[in-house]
Amino acid sequence: MFEVLFFSLIVIAGTAGELCVSRAMKAIGEVHDFRPASLVKVILRALRVKWMWIGVGLMTIGFFSLLAILSFENVSFVVPVTALGYVAGALGGRFFLGERVNSRRWAGILLVCVGVTLVVVGRG
Amino acid sequence: MTSHKRLHLKTYLLILIMIIAGPLGNLMLGKGMKSIGKITTKISSPGEFVHVFSTVLSSGTIWLGIASLLAFFVAYMLVLSWADYSYVQPASAIAYGVVALLATLLLGEVVSPIRWIGIAIICLGVLVVGHTNPRTTENS
Repeated sequence: MFEVLFFSLIVIAGTAGELCVSRAMKAIGEVHDFRPASLVKVILRALRVKWMWIGVGLMTIGFFSLLAILSFENVSFVVPVTALGYVAGALGGRFFLGERVNSRRWAGILLVCVGVTLVVVGRG
Repeated sequence: MTSHKRLHLKTYLLILIMIIAGPLGNLMLGKGMKSIGKITTKISSPGEFVHVFSTVLSSGTIWLGIASLLAFFVAYMLVLSWADYSYVQPASAIAYGVVALLATLLLGEVVSPIRWIGIAIICLGVLVVGHTNPRTTENS
């Protein structure tokens, strides 16, 4: 029962967090200058975007859920299942960021789902 | 050495760091949390939550895991600043296999044959997902 809750939080909060961060960074614009001083400026600018804070908060929830589930489940089970983030990412990218997800990417996502199903079924 | 060769070497080195540091970080988080014990049975009051939380944050293994994941993240960001996403991305796919392999070797976890097949299919799926155009939205 707890597993379902923690996995949902890892996948949904983690991915939603990444989508928020992605949205915040797109608002800032493409980074061209990678000198340390300019990177600090980019980070400071990012901290003024509301989406960045929501994203970091959600990713923190995801991270602590990962720690929680690792306290009683094997790493070789938990980490492969978190690949479901790709499924959530594609759905979120499609509906939240308006990205176009092509058929090839859907095929990959289907493979991830099949793989995760086998990992869950093959619990031994 | 030509600059072209040096760029390749730098790329391979950083991808190697990604493939090792990422899974190793997860492994250490797992080891650290296992030694703390199943937290859902430990927490039944806010006081216990604070206690477990401080135990987690005072674990050296957990911090090593976090440091390792940060090393992975920095290597990933750095390599993405010059290499194509679709060139680097297969490394994230391989990481799912590496994490299971290291978990059996270092933590003594048992992975059933069906689970290995599942992990292999996940790697393949992530590989296919990554091999698509990384930008489909227009510049605004």
